[in-house]
Amino acid sequence: MSPTISCDSVYKIFGANANKLLADSNGSVDAKQFQEAGCIVGVNNASFDVEKGEMLVVMGLSGSGKSTLLRCISRLTDATAGKILVDGEDICLMNNKQLVELRREKMGMVFQNFALLPHKTVIENIAFPLQVKGVGTENSMYKALEMVELVGLKGRENYFPRELSGGQQQRVGIARSLAVEPDIWFLDEPFSALDPLIRKEMQDEFLRLQGVLNKTIMFVTHDFDEALRLADRIAIMKDGIIEQLDTPGNIVLNPATDYVKKFTEDVPREKVLKIESIMDPKDTNASDNFKVSKDDIIESVAEKILNSKEIIKVIDPKDSSEVGSINPSKVIKVLFGG
Amino acid sequence: MDKNYLETIRNSKPAQFGILIFIFLILYFLIPQSENNYLWRLPSVLKGIPLAINNVIFNALYEWFPLKVWDPVFEMYEEKAAFREFTKAVSQGLLFLITVVRELLLGGDKIIDVFVSDSWLKENDWLSWPALPWTATTVGAFLLGYQLNGIRLGLLGGIGALYISVFGNYVPSIQTLSFVLITTPICFVLGLSFGIWGYLDKKVETALQPVLNVMQTMPQFAYLVPIIALFGLGDHAGSIATIIIATPPMIRNTILGLKRISPEVVEAGLMSGCTKPQLLFKVLIPAARRDILNGVNTVIMQCLAMVVIASFVGAKGLGLNLKIALNSLKIGKAAEAGLCIVIIAVILDRFTKAWADKQKDYFENLTFFQRYKLLIIFAISVVIFSIIAFISGGYFDKINYLYVIPIEKGLTIAHYIDGAVDWVWETFFYSLNSFNKFLLTQVLGPMKHAYLGMPVIATFTLAMGAAYIVGNARTALIVGGMLLFIALSEYWDRALITMYMGSFAVIMASLNGIILGSIFGRTERGGRILLSFCDFFETFPSFVYLIPVIFLFNITDTSVLIAAIVYATVPATRYTVWGLKSVPLSLHEAGTMSGVSAFQRWTNIEIPIAFPTVMLGVNQTVVFSLQMVILGALIGTEDLGQIIFGALSRTKDGAGVALTLGIFVSLIAICVDVIVRNWAEERKKALGLA
Repeated sequence: MSPTISCDSVYKIFGANANKLLADSNGSVDAKQFQEAGCIVGVNNASFDVEKGEMLVVMGLSGSGKSTLLRCISRLTDATAGKILVDGEDICLMNNKQLVELRREKMGMVFQNFALLPHKTVIENIAFPLQVKGVGTENSMYKALEMVELVGLKGRENYFPRELSGGQQQRVGIARSLAVEPDIWFLDEPFSALDPLIRKEMQDEFLRLQGVLNKTIMFVTHDFDEALRLADRIAIMKDGIIEQLDTPGNIVLNPATDYVKKFTEDVPREKVLKIESIMDPKDTNASDNFKVSKDDIIESVAEKILNSKEIIKVIDPKDSSEVGSINPSKVIKVLFGG
Repeated sequence: MDKNYLETIRNSKPAQFGILIFIFLILYFLIPQSENNYLWRLPSVLKGIPLAINNVIFNALYEWFPLKVWDPVFEMYEEKAAFREFTKAVSQGLLFLITVVRELLLGGDKIIDVFVSDSWLKENDWLSWPALPWTATTVGAFLLGYQLNGIRLGLLGGIGALYISVFGNYVPSIQTLSFVLITTPICFVLGLSFGIWGYLDKKVETALQPVLNVMQTMPQFAYLVPIIALFGLGDHAGSIATIIIATPPMIRNTILGLKRISPEVVEAGLMSGCTKPQLLFKVLIPAARRDILNGVNTVIMQCLAMVVIASFVGAKGLGLNLKIALNSLKIGKAAEAGLCIVIIAVILDRFTKAWADKQKDYFENLTFFQRYKLLIIFAISVVIFSIIAFISGGYFDKINYLYVIPIEKGLTIAHYIDGAVDWVWETFFYSLNSFNKFLLTQVLGPMKHAYLGMPVIATFTLAMGAAYIVGNARTALIVGGMLLFIALSEYWDRALITMYMGSFAVIMASLNGIILGSIFGRTERGGRILLSFCDFFETFPSFVYLIPVIFLFNITDTSVLIAAIVYATVPATRYTVWGLKSVPLSLHEAGTMSGVSAFQRWTNIEIPIAFPTVMLGVNQTVVFSLQMVILGALIGTEDLGQIIFGALSRTKDGAGVALTLGIFVSLIAICVDVIVRNWAEERKKALGLA
């Protein structure tokens, strides 16, 4: 099956003669040279796929081009060059009508500063994508009410955005982006404008929703911890270039560049790595007292493993078959180094 | 000279200004005053401009693009200029609309006349739309206010309408209101369309800016003569003059509001799957709603500020009454008409503001009757009051007081006002008169003399030098170019007088405003109270300020200047309060911990930080002062305004003169604007506030 989103050599360069410069450069873009010529490189040769149901987190500091990349894929800005396929169709070639259709049917987006319509109530904001699509008032309100319940805002349907806290506003933003039941869900730093405690709560909520909905997700953030917490895979960007694209565990264990290393250095590994990454082959001496899943994060089962003081069986959660074993000494190594 | 010393001067603006003033003074005293000396006065090579403008207007009206038009009276085709037909159509359309609203409220048969034949109308006396009784209007005003924002606003509307009716100003007030009700929507539609266009197309916006600047800074009188030439006299001409003045703020507000929408909201609209029209009408315009409605509010205020001026080109209503009263120096009558305008202004201002803030509740579960309760009450009261008024028609012999209380029969306090004015006049005559004399002979006279004795080269050096110091060579060239245009005309001396009056008013008003704002604006509460005073004074149409001062100081420069100072103090005060508010709390705390005294806080923290904002206020002060100075021509001064005003009676070449001089005044304002704005911007950058 083809990937849901597929980018092939995507470039986004801001500036008057971006096209000409890019054509002259033969694909190898040097940001400094371009800057001297009056152009700013937003995205530099991005190629990757996002599979159906996968959550790709794009992580980078401000100015790294992560939001620009997201906007190219939602075509809020036009990529300067490259191919962007959504369900096999090149969206760069779509006309305005097709684009409107695509967004109405397949895409939803959540914004950093919520971007709620100030003149509409909670329920009207959520129903908005349905109404521009032409769904009647009664049906759209019914559907919007469902969404209000999904994000836990029941009782506040008639509030205006200005009457809500930041976390509540973002819940409205999330509900609005989900109202048309899109397959693809874009989130542009959705929790960055929130307080740390609320952010944690919203991340949990987000994971719960994703557990229920199973969308294909592109999630942009500047927070490496957030990326580790949520992602199936992480793309780390710097100056428009994707420095590394891999699973959280692999990025922490094998940072591809010095830049990535700076982020991973201080990350406590037990909080990121799964049992799978440190397990040994099957061991017949393994204890039968209890088993751990290969997808468990080390920290979450460390105490149990260390208390047992025995070699423990590791299973695949899908079919409960035994896939390996784990030795407490390995866990100690991850926890305390050495 | 030491090189370091030169370097210091190059970097120090005060030193640069010092040198500039030194050069200015040398030029001032060294240039001989002789008509043949081009350094003293430039030759008036641009004398022909007014005539050229007249020729263009004349040709447009009578010569260019002739069309064959059927004349129903002579039953033949006639050659008429296309433009003339166009202006005629506009005039008739506007006049028709105003008449419709007017007759709906005041009754009459002009509209019915359009649909039936003249003779049939004459034979049937009963064929006339009935007037709305003032009682019903009062109830309507109350209900509308109540609907918009509860009982208090309802009472404001009701009592206002009651006062107007009982004091006999019902008819002129409704005439004025109908004028506002037609003009405002036109300004709204024009302003919104151009605003959206400017928002969507950067080029259009760039092109609009200078046009709007000129439209907003040009004195209103300047438009009147060309409008008479193009559209003739009547309510429609007043309406057109008002549209020219009131549309620019609507355009600006629309552009401002649309630009203020966060780009994310636009993106959210796009990602929700909006088509372009959906994005415009469902996202952009509603999201900018508050700024757009503030624009509507400004438009209404401008309409009311224009009613007296519009009466010069034939608009009926309160403005005309006020003008007549003012011309015959009936201060009491003028004050009463002025009060009615202020009442209408305050009511409309509060109503539109309440409307802007009102949010619709979609989830009210109301029956038809509940939803339209107030409308139904209004309809019923109209019927009941009309029936009562109609039946009691037999009871009164001539005037049916239940329809309209005519102005001669209404209550009046005019003679009390006149009495009070007489008392003040008699009691304070000597002190007022000696103050007036002192000001005229000791301050204003010498100042005027000094301005008129300024060689043209000195004026240019000062203006362009200041522009260069605060801006760059380009700024200096812009300012110089605009002044050159005036200097090459035959009206330079008049322009100097305008500048003298303008600068005096600006300096005094700015000082007043900064002092007032600084004293009261330092506390949250004081600032709020002061700002609400500003709101109140701003609802007064400009000429209302002239009524008391004329009386106190006669027809002299003093009257006009005091009116201008009071009028222009409002924006200076407002911006000072805003500026002080913008000083961050942390800076105040840092100051307190450094142990500043109140005065040190003011000079070292508040004024420097607030400076850019205060300068924007000074900018407004310039526009306000110049408007009032020109308006002063209404009662007689000798600057540019007086010639513009005089042009009203010179229909032959008046249009050209008025337009040219109007542009001159506008250029003076724009010159100051360029310098002040650059200065404010530079300070902002230096403070890191940009």
